[in-house]
Amino acid sequence: MTAFILRRLLQSLGVLIAVALIAFLMFRFVGDPVNQMVGIDTPQAEVERLRQELGLNDPVLVQIARFIANAARFEFGISYQFRLPVTQLLAERAPATLELALVSAIFSLAVGIPMGVYTALRRDSALAKAFQAVSLVGVSLPTFLIGILLIYLFSVTLGWLPSFGRGQVVKLGNGWSTGLLTTSGLKALILPAITLGLFQMTLIMRLVRAEMLEVLRTDYIKFARARGLKTRAIHFGHALKNTLVPVITIAGLQLGSIIAFAIITETVFQWPGMGLLFLKAVQSVDIPIMAAYLMMIGFLFVVINLIVDLLYALVDPRLRATIGSA
Amino acid sequence: MSIKRSLLLATAVLAIGLSAASAKTLRYANQGELRSLDPYTVNETTTNAHLGHVYEGLTSRGKDLAIGPGLAERWETSADGLKWRFFLRKNVKFHNGEDFTADDVLFSADRVRAQGSNFTTRVPRDAKFVKVDDHTVDVVLTSPNPILNSQWDTWYIMSKKWAEANNTAAPTPAAATTPSHASLNANGTGPFKIESHQPGVRTVFKANTAWWQKPEHNLTEIVFTPIASNATRVAALLSGEVDVIEPVPIQDIERVKASGNADALTGPELRTIFLGFDQIRDELLESNVKGKNPFKDKRVRQAFYQAIDIEAIKSRVMRGLATPSALMIAPELVPWSKDFVRPKFDPDGAKKLLAEAGYPNGFEVGMDCPNDRYVNDGQICQAAVGMLARIGVKVNLNAQPKGNYFAKVLKSGNYTTSFYLLGWTPGTFDSHNVLFDIHGCRDNPNSSRGESNLGGYCNKEVDALTDKILVETDTAKRNDMIKQAFTITTNDYSYIPLHQQALAWGVSKSVKLTQRADNSVLLYWATKN
Amino acid sequence: MSSTTAPAATSASARKGRIARILDSDIYASFRSSKVTMLAAFVVVVMMLAALLAPVLATMNPFDPAQVFLMNASLPPSWLPNGDPQFVIGTDDQGRDLYSAILYGLRVSLAVGFAGVALAATLGIGLGLIAGYFGGRVDAIIMRVADIQLTFPAILIALLVDGVVHALLKGTNREGTAFWVLALSIGLSFWVQYARTIRGSTLVERNKDYVQAARLVGLPAPVIMVRHVLPNVIGPVLVILTINLGLAIITEATLSFLGVGLPPTQPSLGTLINIGNQYLFSGDWWIVAFPGATLAVLVLAVNLLGDWLRDALNPKLR
Repeated sequence: MTAFILRRLLQSLGVLIAVALIAFLMFRFVGDPVNQMVGIDTPQAEVERLRQELGLNDPVLVQIARFIANAARFEFGISYQFRLPVTQLLAERAPATLELALVSAIFSLAVGIPMGVYTALRRDSALAKAFQAVSLVGVSLPTFLIGILLIYLFSVTLGWLPSFGRGQVVKLGNGWSTGLLTTSGLKALILPAITLGLFQMTLIMRLVRAEMLEVLRTDYIKFARARGLKTRAIHFGHALKNTLVPVITIAGLQLGSIIAFAIITETVFQWPGMGLLFLKAVQSVDIPIMAAYLMMIGFLFVVINLIVDLLYALVDPRLRATIGSA
Repeated sequence: MSIKRSLLLATAVLAIGLSAASAKTLRYANQGELRSLDPYTVNETTTNAHLGHVYEGLTSRGKDLAIGPGLAERWETSADGLKWRFFLRKNVKFHNGEDFTADDVLFSADRVRAQGSNFTTRVPRDAKFVKVDDHTVDVVLTSPNPILNSQWDTWYIMSKKWAEANNTAAPTPAAATTPSHASLNANGTGPFKIESHQPGVRTVFKANTAWWQKPEHNLTEIVFTPIASNATRVAALLSGEVDVIEPVPIQDIERVKASGNADALTGPELRTIFLGFDQIRDELLESNVKGKNPFKDKRVRQAFYQAIDIEAIKSRVMRGLATPSALMIAPELVPWSKDFVRPKFDPDGAKKLLAEAGYPNGFEVGMDCPNDRYVNDGQICQAAVGMLARIGVKVNLNAQPKGNYFAKVLKSGNYTTSFYLLGWTPGTFDSHNVLFDIHGCRDNPNSSRGESNLGGYCNKEVDALTDKILVETDTAKRNDMIKQAFTITTNDYSYIPLHQQALAWGVSKSVKLTQRADNSVLLYWATKN
Repeated sequence: MSSTTAPAATSASARKGRIARILDSDIYASFRSSKVTMLAAFVVVVMMLAALLAPVLATMNPFDPAQVFLMNASLPPSWLPNGDPQFVIGTDDQGRDLYSAILYGLRVSLAVGFAGVALAATLGIGLGLIAGYFGGRVDAIIMRVADIQLTFPAILIALLVDGVVHALLKGTNREGTAFWVLALSIGLSFWVQYARTIRGSTLVERNKDYVQAARLVGLPAPVIMVRHVLPNVIGPVLVILTINLGLAIITEATLSFLGVGLPPTQPSLGTLINIGNQYLFSGDWWIVAFPGATLAVLVLAVNLLGDWLRDALNPKLR
């Protein structure tokens, strides 16, 4: 078992180094950061000096080595745009993105699961069909358009909800700023969370439905029916419980992609999170931020994957056996 | 739920209550971010305007952009033009209570020219600053420079003591590993103090009650948020979540006006949008004409000029909010702009010219264009592509975000372009800048002359005039020489000037505000009911 | 989840034919029984035909700048005041006939979608087969690469691919490369799903008698993989393919919002929506509404087909 964990950890490290390499190599090509840092009428000599200072004239291999060595110490340098440490910028922006991701994940589960259960149990009812059709709209329009339409309806026309930002935030301890404790903060969360969660909601609804349909056909459900258990008990006590394990797993794995997809939602709603920071960084060729963000997303995925793998290994003795023998 | 947390909650609630009671909070959203508070790191209009609320220069520019006294009450120039004497204002205090003196000017003059500063061109490298007394400073030059202080309104004076005490005596170098104090904190003499600053997210300015001047504004606080997305920014104004936005996309101006709770403030900007040609290479990089460069032929450049229907661009792309231009400098900045007129829109004449030049069936050429830098820049280029198609020229448009665009077409990208769209505002508000930077010959690799002359237009006569213009101190003579130079470049069809784009700010009906033609949003002239 | 189980004794080709026939008839029956599915199929077919025949159906070629007149810009649909009967559903901000632009845009969007999904499927199926068939180290490497790939969502990949392509081909025109940048980005971000599915089923199949037999006969590995294993594991891929097509079209639209989509001179549906998006508040609603509705209907229909296909191919649900 220890060997397995060690091997998985090593593999994860390998993945991270590969991500670092890819991140670095690709950003080498994205554009010239120096042009972004100076005005158009800056003398060329000044531009050249800056390039030298940033180490952009060093051989690529030297730059890669420097990058990886620094990344290992969570050191991503100073943002070209802000002249602030990237780690600090990301840390400042992280609460916004994480809260948004969490709330939209909760939204997608809270709405997606009941809708999935209903559509599975009442497969042929009109409402179930309506649910399925409506949920498909969530994946049939681009996110940015949904966001703009929501703003148009709820902010401009009705004036109910704010169109941008996080509202009033409260600082918790040192660093974490939360919008969950104020009315304006909560109101500001609604539209972005729906926009971001709509896609996941559709996914979860369909997953729950499919899993439910499969479980309902298994022998032990038939057996439970034969034993004369109440339909309610069968559906919610047995079927749903068994459905939820894969659903939660998938939802957990999806958390990473929610954070990545937040790029678009954050841009539309000017949500001061990491995604917005990243997109602006791409536009300004702010390589330290881009690299750090990618490394962070990579790290997140690797950690989630690792946890899932380890949990499975602990839970499933068969898997443990094959791992032991492989 | 700890005591600490409930305390925090209580203060937050209190804060909301307070801001509701003092109704003079102006909420302002701009497309761009305020990245650094260090006044010497980002040289860009929006940032300079933001910091102009906190810091001040020796001079100031008024609502009409005229240079006026700032931290210097007045100044005088010696007869030979080599010595400028600045008399500093007394009883001016920095936000931390220190007095403003000549030492601060000397310190700022060093810091602005130090490594890491992006404002090195504000002050000539060889200019010597001499302290005469606590409130008098001499600037000694090696050659006369009539426009020495033309950009000093945005050369902001910093406190020497404060900077040295906070270990921020030099501008934050780009490659630094620790942030500088000055990039997150500010200590100026201006009408507002920084209350809090979260880079790229939110900045709160508080009125400086100890300001040396009687404020024109009636604000107690400015809350600034960047909103990059056009639609979201407009939505925020329409829903009353912010009071001032810049810019309003021109197509949304009518909507803003019709909303009843906000208005659009529009006016011509000083920036000239123009098209340029590669006139220096012997063969264009992106064209089907091989072995020669069609743009070296003046007739081809003239044909392109005549093919552009500027009125259509004005009415359709710019929705009336542009001033077609025949000059490469804004008409406000020269006295004789009326003497220059655009050649008539004449596609048939253009076709004839092309045929005379040996291209009866036109030719193919690549075009570079930014699509997020100027007002509707991408659409202008698309329109130009359509108009040129009608005289037989097939233009392959490459419209990209400004980052990629500038990386390709500027000197650092080896001027990789054949035909391009660019905008230019002379930073000095003076013609010399336009003639030197975008009309100067690029033949001397050691000179910065013509560095932004992406197409390499070159006329030695213009260069000679430009050099004379720099040192000429007689205004009338100088203006004549400038006119002469622009006459030559216009007759050469050096560029196709298109228009001055319009400024468009969205302003809530409860706010009164002055719009300055350089697009600086200066809220110390704003009042709110 | 593997769904097809193979009878052991018959030869591969005969079995394939029989299963295909049975499935066909079952699927056909299920198709006939669902009106929604039939409608969705009808919509998809009509849209594909419209895209194919765009040059015939359109009143102008919106990609030809010489046919676009700026003075016609932003005209409302013909039934509204100021409308021009020449432009039935109005014009966009450059004066393109919106109806023609949608037809051509549909063509581009579908082409990007198909090319991207085809690339993803080819890549994914190939790597999945190799990983599943050989197992061991090869498998581990491919699956770790898949892990890395999952780290980068489609949007990030597109931003990266776009940057790299334009840097490598400095000076080349965005118009020419944008299509392939998009297809490549979609291909590179969607392949993992195919690889994982195929690998899973291949792991099961490779130990079956018919594969062992083929190996004993001495057939080379590529032949066994493609001719024998692939037909037995391809079923679930059809579902992913359909659903991915919808996703690819949406992704293309999203990317145009982020500035790496197709250029406005050759607008796809996504580009049109993004252009129209800027005119939403100004009252020129038609520029976004019609392309948006076209896109939504297309993707909805494709997804409904995918849904139905998933259920129809899953014997447990019948």
